[in-house]
Amino acid sequence: MQEPQGTPNAVDHAGGTAAATHTAAPHAAGARGAAGSRLDPWLDSYAARTRGMTASEIRALFAVASRPEVVSLAGGMPYLSALPLDVVGDALARLVSERGEVALQYGSGQGDPELRERILDVMAPQRVDAHPDDIVVTTGSQQALDLVTRIFVDPGDVVVAEAPSYVGALGVFRAYQADVVHVPMDDHGLVPEELEATLVRLRLAGRRVKLLYTVPNHHNPAGVTLAAERRPRIVEIARRFGVLVLEDDPYGLLGFDGDPLPSLYSLDPEGVIYLGSFSKTFAPGFRVGWAVAPHAVRERLVLASEAAILCPSAFSQLAVCSYLQGHDWKHQVGVFRDLYRERRDATLGALADLLPTARWTVPLGGFYVWVRLPGGLDAKAMLPRAVTQRVAYVPGTAFYADDQGQDHLRLSYCYPTPERIREGVRRLAAVVESELEVQETFGGETGWGTPAPGNPHRRVQSPGPDLT
Amino acid sequence: MNEWLSPRVLVLAGGLSHERDVSLRSGRRVADALKDAGCNVDVRDVDEQLLDVVRSDRIDVVWPLLHGASGEDGAVRDVLELVGVPYVGSSARSCRLSWSKPVAKGVARDAGLATPAFVALPHGTFRELGASRVLSAIVDRLGLPLVVKPASGGSALGASAVRTADALPRAMVDCFAYGDVALVERHVTGVEVAVSVVELPDGPLVLPPVEIAPDGGLYDYDARYTAGATTFYCPARLTPETMDAVTTMALTAHRAFGLRHVSRTDLIVDPSGQPWFLEVNVAPGMTETSLLPQSVEAAGLTPGTVYRRLVEAAAGTNRSHSVTLS
Repeated sequence: MQEPQGTPNAVDHAGGTAAATHTAAPHAAGARGAAGSRLDPWLDSYAARTRGMTASEIRALFAVASRPEVVSLAGGMPYLSALPLDVVGDALARLVSERGEVALQYGSGQGDPELRERILDVMAPQRVDAHPDDIVVTTGSQQALDLVTRIFVDPGDVVVAEAPSYVGALGVFRAYQADVVHVPMDDHGLVPEELEATLVRLRLAGRRVKLLYTVPNHHNPAGVTLAAERRPRIVEIARRFGVLVLEDDPYGLLGFDGDPLPSLYSLDPEGVIYLGSFSKTFAPGFRVGWAVAPHAVRERLVLASEAAILCPSAFSQLAVCSYLQGHDWKHQVGVFRDLYRERRDATLGALADLLPTARWTVPLGGFYVWVRLPGGLDAKAMLPRAVTQRVAYVPGTAFYADDQGQDHLRLSYCYPTPERIREGVRRLAAVVESELEVQETFGGETGWGTPAPGNPHRRVQSPGPDLT
Repeated sequence: MNEWLSPRVLVLAGGLSHERDVSLRSGRRVADALKDAGCNVDVRDVDEQLLDVVRSDRIDVVWPLLHGASGEDGAVRDVLELVGVPYVGSSARSCRLSWSKPVAKGVARDAGLATPAFVALPHGTFRELGASRVLSAIVDRLGLPLVVKPASGGSALGASAVRTADALPRAMVDCFAYGDVALVERHVTGVEVAVSVVELPDGPLVLPPVEIAPDGGLYDYDARYTAGATTFYCPARLTPETMDAVTTMALTAHRAFGLRHVSRTDLIVDPSGQPWFLEVNVAPGMTETSLLPQSVEAAGLTPGTVYRRLVEAAAGTNRSHSVTLS
């Protein structure tokens, strides 16, 4: 606590009276006395793991992203207008009237057996060949991330993740006080040689590595896909070092060209936990995801899940089930794919036309393009300027547990129309141009990336759920 | 005036500024307090439907709690005056004076208040004259440490404390991301104090000053809006003489700017006990961690009661406020 540098005295002083006014005397009940107030009487009670859960400037800047004037290339919200909402509505009404006593009741901790059966069909293209009993249904795959981390990670354990990595997973790892170590990626995903080198280094340092967290298909935020030839190598390296692979695959079915590549799980079912989700292929509002895990792991996941939430929502699970049963969901996924392909094309076209000095990845599916700014610009420092120009993105630093990613940003193309995307990129290009001008004025890249003393770069907080 | 048992208040919160989030929080907080005090309250954002709603007969008083541009630069208030609806807070003209920190510092100086030496420059000046030359002229004249902040706007967004000349370029870049004009000011070391003034029927009331002691020493955005990141002393731990000096400063500022209903003056008390005027706020933050609500409670008053009296004062004073298009 900072010592006040003034003259600490006269706590009970009632204040002088200026002419024609009055000064409110501190009220006995209201005056906080010499101890001062921190506005939170429970401050000393919080667990150590909540350190760093603070208000943040960056998060506050995203508040404008919901205004219609702003082109938000920040959010990862699926484009739900493409869903047949009338069909979904009818199915939900029937669900309550015909099966309400089950749908509105507690359910099994592991998840509805019929849904688990159907999930097998959904995972078939990725060649996840499992038994319904290997599946644990969770409240979005985000809860599966939480449960896996909960049962494996002690404070100080290492989780190896791609550089960059999914911001929502980094939040979970931080909450369990894991030490995240990033491994570089290139256009073909995680680099096996880098992974091996990192694991060797960690072993030599005596560190305990518990998980390799990876998003192999249409990575969030990097937009790249792990090449087929690398998949067995990644699995082999992990096995050799005794590291469990956590394969997060929400975008696997949203590839724009051809069939999905075989999952890592299909290459080593005993060494991989596979996470899936209906959030991107159906609707995130139901919060239904799942984990496929080796049976002993699955047992613990179920117990951990019951301890956390008793059971996932029966209503949501049966709603998803009836949608899978009564609707051509594969066709619907195709509708989403076509829509997102068009938007991806709009994004890449606009970048090429309007911001050619930047560099970016070419996603073959999913929602995101990962952009490197020209001139070493700091995407986080530039965000207020973007907000003024009515365009929003997520600065790259959000996707790292360390200080990397300053000159990168993530653009999401899933929600805005192609016309809006182009307008957003046009605004972004203007923002980049002005920021470059200011940077040039103040000495180019001299001292770049070194925060001004007394103004340290604050740890970037996770954006809200609509942005992850 | 309709049915004063339950005045109908429209709280404006949100807007498109960098401080949208703060404004939304302030709006919710004030609305809750007013409801507890028996007012009929709606909260809404600024959009194309706003004027239709304001013009309808269903609103007695508007309370603009918009922070940042258009909320605090007077623009929205000009429009409220055009349509002749009473609102809580200062006139558009007063807002314009306080919104620009360089202008405000001039007004304060003319009113006899001490304010740290400063210079306010647009980006273009640095580009045309050469940033290093201009920056070294600034350091030669004002010395170190310095504070760099956008010439307008609140919540410490884009503001940095600079202790060495090498840190200055980065601070300038961070600042220009928020606006085209930067204010560079001599950093007065001392105790940060905020003094709020509310106008109740029996005259302006200076509320107990709040002393701000952020954990990290810097009252930045995180320190402002994370409960627990800052220790507040209310009343501030000042000698009787200094207490007099800071309350007088707040009241002098309130009058010099022609402020109405509510204001908050931010200042620093140096080790000799001298207060230095930094800025005055026409739409002080009203969030859970903001300063004015703490002062209200420290005075033994209920926020809802105070806010309701401000609403009543607004309804009484400017229902037929003359339109000034200045």
